Amino acid sequence: MQRFKQLALATAVAALMGVAGGAGAQVSDNVIKIGVLTDMSSLYTDLAGAGSVAAAKLAIEDSGIEKKGYKVEIVSADHQNKPDVGSAIARQWYDQDHVDVIVDVPNSGVALAINQITKEKGKAFLASGPGTSDLTGTACSPNTIHWTYDTWMLANGTGTAITKAGGDSWFFIAADYAFGAALQRDTTAAVEKAGGKVLGGVKAPLNTQDFSSFLLQAQASKAKVIGLANAGGDTTNSIKQAAEFGIVSGGQQLAGLLVFITDVHALGLKNAQGLTFTTTFYWDMNEQTRAFAKRFAPLDKGIYPTMVHAGVYASLLHYFKAVEALKSDDGTKVIAKMKEMPTDDPLFGKGSVRADGRGIHPAYLVKVKTPAESKGPWDYYKMVATIPADQAFRPMTAGGCSLVK
Amino acid sequence: MATPTPVAMTAAAGARRFALGFVVLAGVLALVPFAGIYPVFVMKALCFALFACAFNLLLGYGGLLSFGHAMFLGTAGYVCAHAAKAWGWPPEAAIAVGTLSAMLLGAAVGVIAIRRQGIYFAMITLAIAQMFYFFYLQTPFTHGEDGIQAVPRGRLFGLVDLTSTTAMYYTVLVIFLAGFAAIYRIVHSPFGAALNAIRENEPRAISLGYDADRYKLMAFVLSATFAGLAGATKAIVFELASLTDVHWTMSGEVVLMVLVGGMGTIFGPVVGAFVIVGIESYLSAGLTLGSVVIGPEWVTVITGVIFVACVLAFRRGIVGEWLAWRQRRRPGTPPDT
Repeated sequence: MQRFKQLALATAVAALMGVAGGAGAQVSDNVIKIGVLTDMSSLYTDLAGAGSVAAAKLAIEDSGIEKKGYKVEIVSADHQNKPDVGSAIARQWYDQDHVDVIVDVPNSGVALAINQITKEKGKAFLASGPGTSDLTGTACSPNTIHWTYDTWMLANGTGTAITKAGGDSWFFIAADYAFGAALQRDTTAAVEKAGGKVLGGVKAPLNTQDFSSFLLQAQASKAKVIGLANAGGDTTNSIKQAAEFGIVSGGQQLAGLLVFITDVHALGLKNAQGLTFTTTFYWDMNEQTRAFAKRFAPLDKGIYPTMVHAGVYASLLHYFKAVEALKSDDGTKVIAKMKEMPTDDPLFGKGSVRADGRGIHPAYLVKVKTPAESKGPWDYYKMVATIPADQAFRPMTAGGCSLVK
Repeated sequence: MATPTPVAMTAAAGARRFALGFVVLAGVLALVPFAGIYPVFVMKALCFALFACAFNLLLGYGGLLSFGHAMFLGTAGYVCAHAAKAWGWPPEAAIAVGTLSAMLLGAAVGVIAIRRQGIYFAMITLAIAQMFYFFYLQTPFTHGEDGIQAVPRGRLFGLVDLTSTTAMYYTVLVIFLAGFAAIYRIVHSPFGAALNAIRENEPRAISLGYDADRYKLMAFVLSATFAGLAGATKAIVFELASLTDVHWTMSGEVVLMVLVGGMGTIFGPVVGAFVIVGIESYLSAGLTLGSVVIGPEWVTVITGVIFVACVLAFRRGIVGEWLAWRQRRRPGTPPDT
């Protein structure tokens, strides 16, 4: 059944793309062509993937832009998490296929490449999937808006909120590469600023299967909080094995620095319970988010929307508003207009886009429920704290963005 | 396996045939920008074709299966990108220094690796390549998993602006054709003949007075150099040097290209590279064949199926099978290499 649904969805997407390909020849200014560049076959498939295409479709529907006389088309592609594959696709989309805007792009390396190409070609890039805060820092561009989340916000949100909530001594298990080191550095700064103490840390090689020695060191440190500065399979492996060592039941708290609802779903509540982390979207926040999740899930193999999906949807809604206001789909102008207009959408609420391209909205510290607390499928998070929009993201002056004078 | 070459009699005919093939290939490729084929795709395929030809030099003619060739592609890419971006070198100097770095690395790795054969040789090259992978993952100048981004294409010899796709395309084409012709020349030189002899029967070649290790080292260094040329060019084309190019899967991909195209044939690796890069590029957006729809998630599966099919049914690869078929039909024609 699962297989069949997946196939049906793939059919739908491809059929859509077939239509798009046929009409591409007669492009006018009234056709807005959206390229969803995402991971269709690897580790980010569930948190972005086909769901991002579904989110883009819902955004087209809800914006009502087609009723206003604009034609909108979607194309999608798999960047295979390779920056060269991603940049080849993006170039072709911009050069040949008349794509006006690229959305999503989970994977920071690919996103930085797309950021560069979009700037060169004067198009628009709405980044929802990637984490790197460089997109609004040293690599910032007048053609890019970074929605949803970034590494600084995750580190700061989780570090500050947990420390203030009493988790004032930390031990890190960090993935041994640039991403892990950056997360650990930023979180350490946030913890110390909030009055906490970092007792130590250990670097685990990338794609480690056996976390036992690292977890035992973390356990022996007697830190109240164990920060997991890693991602994807490393995060889920370390959480699973932490459960085997009884770390959470022994009174220590696990803090994930990059966790999506699909990771929690994959881990199961038994393993993931008690895990605390930051997110900018949870489907069960209010009427509007629940309504969105209900429409979204059937389109994406029953997966409930992650914050990346929500970001694709919300950033596109805002994009359409700017296109309508300008009556143009010129990338540079639309992005400038998007920065000018306040944002308001059903999923992230009211917010704004800063001059450096950072989408500003509140973030939430959540804790994963115990199996007993959960009332049904996908009922996973308890809201612990709200981080107000003006504190959630890195101050504009600290990023080193050249657009900020 | 490639058919052994009876050198003297057929050399002239073979060279004529190669010249014809070379001119046709160059002509077709030169027309690409006018034919509506997307030039960036062809540039990528050409970079990989050169990489595959370099690899074929070692595997097809030297009989050495290196499983770490990505280290040369990637190292040259990183050095070239760093030279162009951080030091502000012009593209020709950046490509040259990138290629040189791969050559030096090839010499260092070769000295260690060629002392063993077969699976041990493959394992040693793989192990060294993995060390380099982790080195590039950690060292600051590569920017870890983000790669060196926004590498400036610059002006070739201070004259030609490479930001123009057409100018870039013809630059890549010239580099590829030069590399390709050089590899043909090497294969058909006395050095190539000695290498062939060593591959066919090493003890006999040694007994004839050839220093097998020196020949193998030389082949290894040459192969690394051309792989580096491909990697450095690729970095300029995509304005990017990333971990993908040093990862072991890249070493595997080049084996695949050579096997699919035809190991030990001159044109085989080029065909293989176009097939594999074509699948990767065109299937990344999915494929619709009438009512049958293949989604982008199937790329890796399809590549795998093609590999399995090649190993089972087309042992000689696309070009190898074609040559063998022609050989069977017209037994009089001289065999190609």
